[in-house]
Amino acid sequence: MTKNLRITNNKFIDQTSRISFKFDGKILYGFKGDTLASALLANNIHLVGRSFKYHRPRGIMACGSEEPNAIVQVGKDASMTEPNTRATEIELYEGLEASSQNCWPSVNFDVGAINNFFSPIIPAAFYYKTFMWPANFWKLYEYFIRKSAGLGKSPTKPDKDIYDHRYLHCDVLVVGGGISGIMAAKTAAKNNLNTVLIDDKNILGGTTIFQQNECFKINNSYSNDWLKKEIDTLNSFKNLTIKTRTSLAAYHSYNYLLAKENLTDHLDLNEKKDKIRQRLWKIRAKKVIISTGAIERPLIFNNNDRPGIILSSSIKKYIDFYGVKCGQKISLFTNNDSAYETAISLNSSGVSVNSVVDIRDKTNSLIVKQAEKLGIKIHWKSTIVNTNGYKKINAIEIMKLSDDGTAVVGKKINEKCDCLGISGGWTPRVHLFTQSGGKLKFRDKDNVFVPDKSELDQISIGSCNGDFELDEVIKNTVNLINKFLKVNNSAYENLEIISSKEIDKKNIWLLPSDKPLGKTKPFLDFQNDSTAIDVKLALREGFKSIEHVKRYTTTGMATDQGKLSNMHALGIIAETAGVKMGELGTTTFRPPYTPLTFGAIVGRNVGEFFDITRKTPMHDWHVENKAEFENVGQWKRAWYYPIENENMYEAVQRESKAARDSAGILDASTLGKIDIQGTDASEFLNRVYTNAWSKLEIGKCRYGLMLNEDGMVYDDGVTTRLSENHYLMTTTTGGAANVLSKLEDYLQTEWPELDVYLTSVTDHYGTISICGPNSKKIISKVIPDLDLSDKEFPHMSYKNALIDNIKCRIMRISFTGEHSYEINIQSSYAKSVWEKCFEAGKDFNITPYGTETMHLLRAEKGFIIAGQDTDGTMTPVDLQMDWIISKKKYDFIGKRSLYRSDTIREDRKQLVGLLTDDPKEILEEGAQIVAETNKQPVEMLGHVTSSYFSPNLNKSIALAVIKNGKKLKGQKMFVPMKNKTINVTITDTVFLDKENKRLNA
Amino acid sequence: MFLINCPYCGERDQSEFTAGGEAHIVRPKQPTELSDDQWAEFLFMRKNIKGVQLERWNHSHGCRKWFNMVRDTSNDRIHAVYKMGQKPPIE
Ligand SMILES: [Zn+2]
Repeated sequence: MTKNLRITNNKFIDQTSRISFKFDGKILYGFKGDTLASALLANNIHLVGRSFKYHRPRGIMACGSEEPNAIVQVGKDASMTEPNTRATEIELYEGLEASSQNCWPSVNFDVGAINNFFSPIIPAAFYYKTFMWPANFWKLYEYFIRKSAGLGKSPTKPDKDIYDHRYLHCDVLVVGGGISGIMAAKTAAKNNLNTVLIDDKNILGGTTIFQQNECFKINNSYSNDWLKKEIDTLNSFKNLTIKTRTSLAAYHSYNYLLAKENLTDHLDLNEKKDKIRQRLWKIRAKKVIISTGAIERPLIFNNNDRPGIILSSSIKKYIDFYGVKCGQKISLFTNNDSAYETAISLNSSGVSVNSVVDIRDKTNSLIVKQAEKLGIKIHWKSTIVNTNGYKKINAIEIMKLSDDGTAVVGKKINEKCDCLGISGGWTPRVHLFTQSGGKLKFRDKDNVFVPDKSELDQISIGSCNGDFELDEVIKNTVNLINKFLKVNNSAYENLEIISSKEIDKKNIWLLPSDKPLGKTKPFLDFQNDSTAIDVKLALREGFKSIEHVKRYTTTGMATDQGKLSNMHALGIIAETAGVKMGELGTTTFRPPYTPLTFGAIVGRNVGEFFDITRKTPMHDWHVENKAEFENVGQWKRAWYYPIENENMYEAVQRESKAARDSAGILDASTLGKIDIQGTDASEFLNRVYTNAWSKLEIGKCRYGLMLNEDGMVYDDGVTTRLSENHYLMTTTTGGAANVLSKLEDYLQTEWPELDVYLTSVTDHYGTISICGPNSKKIISKVIPDLDLSDKEFPHMSYKNALIDNIKCRIMRISFTGEHSYEINIQSSYAKSVWEKCFEAGKDFNITPYGTETMHLLRAEKGFIIAGQDTDGTMTPVDLQMDWIISKKKYDFIGKRSLYRSDTIREDRKQLVGLLTDDPKEILEEGAQIVAETNKQPVEMLGHVTSSYFSPNLNKSIALAVIKNGKKLKGQKMFVPMKNKTINVTITDTVFLDKENKRLNA
Repeated sequence: MFLINCPYCGERDQSEFTAGGEAHIVRPKQPTELSDDQWAEFLFMRKNIKGVQLERWNHSHGCRKWFNMVRDTSNDRIHAVYKMGQKPPIE
């Protein structure tokens, strides 16, 4: 039944370049300039999907981003396939493959359609009510719902396309290139303003560009011809940038907008390669002009959702722009004048119009008179009470409306048709305006929300501002633009305009039928399948707020965000509840206006650009020596160095033993380093650390604990006094940036009187830590002239030294409890010095160790790791580190909080050691600790924070925080695991060398 | 996204800045003399006004300077920015 549905005299479609594409596996043909939707319609394919809940057959309904039904999956490739795209927005290209989405197993045979026969028992919130209980059944329901609802398939492999982000700054941004947008952009450009005009279509001109009708003329030309000439003049402005195929996604405060430009989506498959697919523009505009037009409303009547029922203005666009007939025998149904434009367009293209069903009493505007002159039949004061046809509409049933419009009267007329155009008036596209925080006002005469107040430097013009007639659009646009841009453009002042004026208005939100409401299917939200009955039910069940009704019935919550359904939902709610629409308010529109691809959102920030990777100067050495790496913040840290087939446990056991038996070498470069200078540096340290710093001698190091103002441990590290007014502070690897910010904050805001300067030098120095009983011998080989005697260079002191004439700082500090040195040297030399140390250590079996061994060694000594053994709720007292709190200092950050009623509680969680009764049993970090095994529920007293098998002690050791832990030393506790309960004993936190003999060994 | 006029650098995107909460909460000079309640007042209590609020901001990805802002939280309008230590330019 191939029919020729294409007319030939069309300007916008290149009928010489035929394009082949696939839809649901079938090869079809269209032309350059088609959308997938127009090409499908030209192939007489209306049925493109199934509705979400009842799985009713649904067809293409619109021609733009408001399309609720024609939601398709594009592409087959597992890395490129894209769900939830609107067929009305996909430009046809050679090789396009698309498929229906919301149907299973196929669009023509759909299992879920059985829901339709059961629909009386699927009321509003059916899914919430039915599938809510019992909760663990949800797994079952979800599988069924997802499969039959067919929400599209996500790509399963990485996206091969390239996406881009760019910034754009301009004086004036014009969103929407219809007639008012063109006039605005030209006026701005003419007045030397740096102007950007964006439009989501491939051709500028909006709906006027195909408006060739006697009733709409400017200076004696058809409005489309006049506008075409205007558009042609735009090229002469160097200060005007035009971006087509660019849709505005979001409008944020301070005129910050995001727009997505499609660069290759319309190209043939083989032309797309290696090109940037989409670009996200981050626009900051001084002024924004919104000219996004209006969306035609459907009409809400019984069975208004059959394939072949299309918005009247879309039928007009399909015939006038794409040259496609949506049917051969088309009926129209309207409450306003614009359906007559469609009737006239169809008529002049040779498509027979059965009739126009108009709910109004007879009206005689210019356009209606023209339609009558062409012999088009009009059913005045009538409504459609039912439609017939399953997979495609084949007839309508027309009846007269009663005087008050609440019922139908008289005889039913049956009219055969293969397409029905519907028009319920117009809704200004105010989405962007409201996204930007603008407030709307309701206009009673034609039931529209129009822009009212905004905080931003912006304006709405044209039909998105509620001007629907050509002469009004032009007149108001000129006035508004001149005022907004503070210019005086007189070019549009003396235009001679012919414009049909709508005389009569009538609106019925829910049209009556000859059947009782409960027996009808008047759809409101086509994508989410909610009807007017659902909304009424929600009101009966007590919902009042539009936001609640929306969520309860899911009206307006599909991917089209209710572009078609919101106004009717509001209207029906207002009518049923007996309130004025203006008082009801409207739902909030949130970005993005149309869905964005993830690719466009992330842009170039994928793969290795997703996040910065920081590498130490010795990184390559670790790689060459087969280190496994651990991510610590953005750093790559050597984790352990497996030899042959060692696993992590084996490697760490070997490394830990070697470090204590002879010598170990660790890359500690990632520790945060802050250079502190100034005459008040000592006072500053006094205030930020819990312990005293004034008396620290030059050349000495000290461990410090830093608290938050709430008394909780924040960070720790060793700080060295390099000279009178010069310190080098070290912080934890993860805390470095935050510590610097915090210190800067105090310096700038609380203590600006202090003469202190902070500089991050983390990346400037590499740090090599060598520990173990043979560390001294190794250092003496590397730096022979340095006196390493305990007297001259004791623990917690530092010396300047030269290695191959390169200045370095040697600290004798220890995080392992071993005799230990840290070499700090300019990053560029760090690798060669590391290698030198390693070479010198070979005689002593120097063993490189990573972070895991470092953690094990410090745990043997009971040294905490801020962030592992602390979690922002531990005071130094909780950590049993009372010794580090200066009693003499008047104040330091967090001091006052240490004796708040809550922090002096004795039963706070406190850090303790744990030993398992079975020394081979290793606890799991995070495991809970309880005092009883046969009570339920049982109080969880705390948890394990660090746990290892110590090769040096040959037993399992752990650190834990336990309620009242200090007083529980020696007590037995239990760690219940999934399959067993582990018996443990609370101990001291120091497991090895309690006397610190090894430091000077 | 705000456009913030850093008093040291000029107009920059909000993404360069970090918000630092309510402004003009001075750390007590003699914390030890405060009761638990008084200290808690400083430590925890914030006004969180709907309307004009004085706030701290840091140009963290710029000059790293802290400064103050007068912002209406109900519509995000920034009425003024001023340096640390200066008095708010409104009553
Ligand atoms: Zn700055």
